[in-house]
Amino acid sequence: MLKNRIIPCLDVKNGRVVKGINFVDLKDAGDPVEQAKIYSDGGADEICFLDITASNENRDTIYDVVKETSKKCFVPLTVGGGVRSVEDIYKLLSCGADKVSINTAAVQNAEVVLESSKKFGSQCIVVAIDAKKNENRWEVFTHGGRNNSGIDVLEYAKQMEENGAGELLVTSMDRDGTQVGYDIDLMSKISSKVNIPVIASGGVGNLDHLVDGIKLGKASAVLAASIFHYGKYSVKEAKEYLDSKGIPVRI
Amino acid sequence: MKITIVDYKSGNISSVINSFKEVAKDQVNLEVTSDIKKIQSSDKIVLPGQGSFKSCVDALKKINGLVDTLNEFTISKKKPLLGICVGLQMFADIGYEEIETKGLGWISGKVSKINNQNGKYKLPHIGWNQIKIVKDSKIFKDIDNNSHMYFVHSFEFIPQDKNVILATTDYSSKIVCAVEKENIFGAQFHPEKSDKIGLKIIDNFINL
Repeated sequence: MLKNRIIPCLDVKNGRVVKGINFVDLKDAGDPVEQAKIYSDGGADEICFLDITASNENRDTIYDVVKETSKKCFVPLTVGGGVRSVEDIYKLLSCGADKVSINTAAVQNAEVVLESSKKFGSQCIVVAIDAKKNENRWEVFTHGGRNNSGIDVLEYAKQMEENGAGELLVTSMDRDGTQVGYDIDLMSKISSKVNIPVIASGGVGNLDHLVDGIKLGKASAVLAASIFHYGKYSVKEAKEYLDSKGIPVRI
Repeated sequence: MKITIVDYKSGNISSVINSFKEVAKDQVNLEVTSDIKKIQSSDKIVLPGQGSFKSCVDALKKINGLVDTLNEFTISKKKPLLGICVGLQMFADIGYEEIETKGLGWISGKVSKINNQNGKYKLPHIGWNQIKIVKDSKIFKDIDNNSHMYFVHSFEFIPQDKNVILATTDYSSKIVCAVEKENIFGAQFHPEKSDKIGLKIIDNFINL
């Protein structure tokens, strides 16, 4: 039976982790490679890096981070943030990323998803959708949530599937950082709309939220950042909890 | 011992390279190349594969003499080869991804889209699934039945001769996920991304 995945996400800025993991045995709280290794040793099903480097000059640091991580972690590694072109995707993949997530560029230029999925295979193309509710529907936001594209999220999700995305990483901007749980309505609607796996993101504050994301939100995978960073829960605890609730996980 | 990972520009093989480096340490002379002479002088070959069946077959054919060299290596000389993901799928006679495409024909059978039962199962089949070992093999030495492996694919290999099947995984139906025919081994899952248990399979291949 296919297991639901738990994906810890690390925010990386200029090659350093911004929100660090609170572990006593950590030598360097800012080293993404070391933190990714702790997660993969703890049973993370995948690792996600979100590069939030502000300036283009420091972009190359993420390549070094990916290179080093892929030498030490033997679970899938997804990298996103600032991916603009097929060339960017190629660079990340050749450094050792297994999947690349594309956000703003996918909205601005459909060719990026079409061409890259054809060139590298759908399995490594994740389209990241930042969704915000506006009255009765959700709209796609770009540029790290700063710009409203006005595009309907559900239609966009379907379009991205048709363009060759292998997975959708859906973040509820209304919930992100609130720790009140995923936007279940949004997740389940998208998951029912498309036939590709949906990764739920944004709003996790406790382990029941992960359960809800899978059971009610029908997500194939759940992504979380802060509950793992601050040592509130370990990946192992999260998996054991999901298992106790009857959700199939890899233990 | 010399092991060659065939680099025929079929997508991302850095994870395969990293995992073999990790397992082999300094005991193996690891080459990553499409150089015919280097492949001929290898003891073992790894054939990765990402993207579509058609794009992988096309990429193999693009390199002059590569298909002949692989045929000689595996069929005439009977030296060990491990195919991963589409690398395994290409063993088949024929594949139906994009357009009907001829495979290498090493293990009779076809590659078809997984039956998702009208959308009941999401495709690609992405994530960790358990493998059911149906036949003993050196490649599964010290691997427990029902171990978790990492999968990412939408197409499955259906061999004609069921005796080549080493393991299956359950997703919509029993999907063939490991095969062995004499010196030819294949994994539909990604041992290079399947944590310690996957690395053990790589270790078993190195130590065949």
